[in-house]
Amino acid sequence: MDTTSKLAGGRASARPPRRRNTVKYRQTVTAYTFLLVPLLFFLLVRFIPTFMALRLSLFDWNILREQQPFVGLENYTTLVADEKFLQSLKNTALYTVIGVPLQIILGLGLALMLGRVRAFRGFYRALYFAPYVTPIVAAAWVWQWVFSPQFGPVNTVLDWLHLPPQSFLTSPDQALATTAGLVVWQNLGFQVVLFLAGLAAIPRSYYEAAEIDGATGSQAFWRITLPLLNPTIVFSVVTGTIAYLQLFTQVVNLNFTDQGGPLGSTLTVAVYIYQLAFGRFQMGYASAVTVVLFVIILIITLLQLRFLTRRYDT
Amino acid sequence: MTAASSAPRKRVDMRTLLVYVALTVGVIITLFPFIWMVLTSLKGFQELFNLNFLPSQPTLDNYRQVLTETRFLQWFGNSLLVAGVTTVSVLFFDSLVGYTLAKFDFPGKNIVFVLILSTLMIPTEMLVIPWFVGVSDLGLTKSVPGAYFSIMFPGLISAFGVFLMRQFFDTLPNDLLEAARIDGMHEFGIFWRIAMPLVRPALASLAIFTFLGNWNAFLWPLIVIQQPQFRTLPIGTALFNGEAGTQWGLIMAASSLAVIPVLIVFAIFQRQIIEGVVLTGMKG
Repeated sequence: MDTTSKLAGGRASARPPRRRNTVKYRQTVTAYTFLLVPLLFFLLVRFIPTFMALRLSLFDWNILREQQPFVGLENYTTLVADEKFLQSLKNTALYTVIGVPLQIILGLGLALMLGRVRAFRGFYRALYFAPYVTPIVAAAWVWQWVFSPQFGPVNTVLDWLHLPPQSFLTSPDQALATTAGLVVWQNLGFQVVLFLAGLAAIPRSYYEAAEIDGATGSQAFWRITLPLLNPTIVFSVVTGTIAYLQLFTQVVNLNFTDQGGPLGSTLTVAVYIYQLAFGRFQMGYASAVTVVLFVIILIITLLQLRFLTRRYDT
Repeated sequence: MTAASSAPRKRVDMRTLLVYVALTVGVIITLFPFIWMVLTSLKGFQELFNLNFLPSQPTLDNYRQVLTETRFLQWFGNSLLVAGVTTVSVLFFDSLVGYTLAKFDFPGKNIVFVLILSTLMIPTEMLVIPWFVGVSDLGLTKSVPGAYFSIMFPGLISAFGVFLMRQFFDTLPNDLLEAARIDGMHEFGIFWRIAMPLVRPALASLAIFTFLGNWNAFLWPLIVIQQPQFRTLPIGTALFNGEAGTQWGLIMAASSLAVIPVLIVFAIFQRQIIEGVVLTGMKG
């Protein structure tokens, strides 16, 4: 290495105009040497499979059969009339519009409260965060037990309060909300920590100036806190939405014997894809569903980034 | 943040008290499922469906059954192996790519960065079908290295980690690297011995989140694991719970065994984990 760098230096001093090119050339070679394995990885494990999924969606592709006939866009036309698919799409949208705002509001509320206290702040924060590190599968089974219609403590509490017992996960009307509750419970701690950090980044002097100007607490919240939290909120909305649109593990484990819940009331697009591809081995049709999910995620993410991001002059 | 900055008035004290009450109620609700899980796991079969809060005759029988009659320890070991190898790989490759993108100037740099970032929007559901077809064609799922490799290959490099590490390497002063270069240090040596030690906090949080994510991975392992001896903890627990039917004592004991080690690790690394969330949120 020593000799090569001296040689390069020597050549450079002899012909000054080429020096930059040599450095740049060496940097390029080093960079692509470092990137070789990772780029191959992304090509083989991300990009090629994406195109394979696009291609599979044009075939009546079943892994158990020899023949995989090309059907063009037929999978997509079937999809439009597939009631189970439409139901899974509706459910997934419901999960997202319930879960994302709820976890942001609760997370921000708890963070604001934690911001007001001094003693035990770290202790409370850690306790709220505990469900987030809990294995999802175990948490789902515990949730199922806690909300058990006959033996669950939640119905016992309702009974104490003289309220009628509920059927929760076994009822087509309540299963989705109970499932969303599990996801919010698990994500809440993450949101709290995120918003605590966002709040800590707002300079105290803004609040002091607002107080001098006679602003009330709620004015300070709407005019200072919320606008300056915009980056945190955008991050939370975008990553939260992507996660909810792919909801799978919680749904499967909450109704393990009847995946998708009573009358398909908790079925998500991801669970439906799993059933199609690995239950019925209709991999071509399942791929068409994944392509639709991909397009939905792409459009929603880009729209959110476009319309939620605000720049405030400070 | 001195105590004097908010002059203690009676009204403020009352409000602070209310905040503490609200926070405590919230914590109790948050932790209740854990408490109920552990209490149920200690109940014998006869009192399982009684709704008394504390078990009258606490027993470890459920735990004994889970540990002796299931492959729990094997699932645990498999998860440790899969999550461990994946984490080491992610730390190495994500740092290498992040460093290259932050500190080198080369044609195609932005394209590479955007291409890697764009993979974050590809849903896993879309990739699992081609992955499964590929793994089946190669016949990987039956042999020992092949089965483990097929469980972990999708996570060996993470686009999110690349993004995180690039942000961190970006803040390192170039002079430091240039000085090492003038001393004749090899480019890889500069990365490994100069740059890497300086981003330790970022590596710690990336390690914890990668480990946690792979420890919890469910969709792909559920699809690709075909033989019981390769089951990871989430798959083993889910399938066992599904088979245990109404044996909730066993299910809660298995769940407790899956949860408790993670909570202990969390208690130890709490500060790094929470800083990790803060870093990802701020950098993201």
